[in-house]
Amino acid sequence: MKAWSWFRRMIEVRGVSKTFYLGDSAVHALDNIDLHIEPGDYLSVMGPSGSGKSTLLNMLGLLDRPDDGSYLLNGVDTMELDENERARLRRDQIGFVFQAYHLIPRLTARENVELPLMLAGVAAKTRRAQVDEILDKLGIGSRAHHLPNQLSGGERQRVAIGRSIVMKPSLLLADEPTGNLDTRSGQEVTQILEELNREGITLLMVTHNQSLGDRARRHLRMVDGAILTDHQQAGAEPNRAPA
Amino acid sequence: MRLPDLLRFTTLALRRQRFRSGMLLLAVGLGVAAVIVLTALGEGARGYVMGEFAFLGKDTVIMFPGRKETTGGMPPVTGTSARAITLEEVEVLQRTVAGIGGVAPLVLGNAPVSFEARARDSMVIGTTADFFDIRLLEIAQGSNLPDLALDEGKPVGVIGQKLKSELFDNRRAIGQWVRLRDYRFRIIGVLKGTGDSFGLDLSEAIFIPVASAQSVFNVHGLFRVLMKVQDNHRVDEVKSRVADRMQELHDGELDVTVISPDAMLSTFDEILRILTLGVAGIAAISLIVAGILVMNVTLMSVKQRTAEIGLLKAIGAPSAQVRSLFLAEAALIATAGAVLGMVAGHVLVTVGRHLYPAIPFTTPPWAILAALGLAVGTALLFAWLPAQQAARLEPVDALGRK
Ligand SMILES: Nc1ncnc2c1ncn2[C@@H]1O[C@H](COP(=O)(O)OP(=O)(O)O)[C@@H](O)[C@H]1O
Ligand SMILES: [Mg+2]
Repeated sequence: MKAWSWFRRMIEVRGVSKTFYLGDSAVHALDNIDLHIEPGDYLSVMGPSGSGKSTLLNMLGLLDRPDDGSYLLNGVDTMELDENERARLRRDQIGFVFQAYHLIPRLTARENVELPLMLAGVAAKTRRAQVDEILDKLGIGSRAHHLPNQLSGGERQRVAIGRSIVMKPSLLLADEPTGNLDTRSGQEVTQILEELNREGITLLMVTHNQSLGDRARRHLRMVDGAILTDHQQAGAEPNRAPA
Repeated sequence: MRLPDLLRFTTLALRRQRFRSGMLLLAVGLGVAAVIVLTALGEGARGYVMGEFAFLGKDTVIMFPGRKETTGGMPPVTGTSARAITLEEVEVLQRTVAGIGGVAPLVLGNAPVSFEARARDSMVIGTTADFFDIRLLEIAQGSNLPDLALDEGKPVGVIGQKLKSELFDNRRAIGQWVRLRDYRFRIIGVLKGTGDSFGLDLSEAIFIPVASAQSVFNVHGLFRVLMKVQDNHRVDEVKSRVADRMQELHDGELDVTVISPDAMLSTFDEILRILTLGVAGIAAISLIVAGILVMNVTLMSVKQRTAEIGLLKAIGAPSAQVRSLFLAEAALIATAGAVLGMVAGHVLVTVGRHLYPAIPFTTPPWAILAALGLAVGTALLFAWLPAQQAARLEPVDALGRK
């Protein structure tokens, strides 16, 4: 590991565990996880169903709290934060892309992308330019005024990506973003995510698709709540976020 | 979140659940309309009653023979065995009791009044010129009864408008002589308007000096005595001085009743106000029922939009913001319902006013404010619990559920 990575570490997870109890049986969704991620890196997370991939992403995205261990995000100890502070970090530093898109059905594509800005109280005038730029970049400018149910799966996921990056987060967490898409749309969505990564965003993508997973620079394989292998692609180096 | 954004977001959510929003609108609207209409009815009734009793005049004391224990009650209908009140006693009162202004003793009777070949059974009121003052009556033509000593008779009379037209048609009545039993009276004045009040249609009456009426009907005692209280005296003090003086005159026995319409009126006023408040309260209950509906509807929304709540939290909405989104929905629908109800209520009140012009239907401003406040207040109160439930959802759980 290079020396600078010790100073500019984005994610520092130590000894994190999460156990779910179903009746009498305990499920160790995360079992004493250690994980360090450099800014601008591109990781794929693979593993069998139920191995804890989503739980890991939710924990990294501050949607869930671990039972044990510590998690530093950009140097901030997230275990110390209250719910409001966690919400603020989610808003400003983290973007989510879900398999099920989670678009709001009564809002147009444009309004869905705009939603985080709206919630943050950004003025409509300021929002417009930002949203236009993102819609164009994702190739859905012409679909801006369509409702989600008028869009194809690939378009919906692009809207969801637009929403996830509109607040300019440093970390993008995608949980099986291509899971509901055909191969072609899946490819396109992955290319968009990779483009965002090239521009500096740190990308974690859960996928079941081996060939998509192989494109990442770093491959995590999870089994039973533990990271079984953590393979760094030879010669690859994380993108440095623009300083 | 900025207000226009909040409004848009909220309106879209409400439009999405048209049926439920419609039901809420209806429930809140009905409640508010009920408050508006019922208080208008109450106020209308109060205004009507007060108007009807206004002829009693302000600052008057009324005395009649017989003792009625309950103050403010109606005078006894039939004569009692009580000692009569005489003109001499009234004269003494006027002379000795401080604070009495005008005095109008009353002798009432029914007799046919005839002019030429026409005769009408009429009410004959023996009184003084002060009567018109005290009762706020006006003379349309001619003059009032003359100022006479109380025991002085004179063959002159003032007649009501209706009696005048029945006896004289369009002819001039002033100066004509009418017959009343064995007496003749010269008409010197005509009363203005109907003067209808308190079940007595004064427009069908003839007014003659009280001493003359005593002769016509051969009576000694007085039916009533109306006394005006002078400006610088208190009505209740004059009232008790009159009662005391009469007790002395009647050898220590208090066998007359002295009342003041002011006191009576304010009692009525109070009763009717309480009545209005009561019906307003009943109407308000429907707003509370609407509030319970708001709670159920919000609860349904929260259940149905669990995934959305999870998403909102995932993209960084703090719990308080999630809560206020749902509260805003309740507040918006309650406000819209209240406005609708106010318009509907106002229309109904206006229609009522046209149908019954005699009754002054008006919704008091406090009722409008209370209805609005209660509608929005209960909606917020009842929406709080489900909104809080939404705010408390764990993002992961909420996102997972579909
Ligand atoms: N809310 C929960 N309650 C109970 N068990 C859960 C919950 N969330 C996840 N689990 C369990 O934790 C394990 C890991 O789940 P998950 O992280 O979703 O796996 P993956 O995303 O790799 O398929 C699974 O066995 C799953 O059943
Ligand atoms: Mg999963």
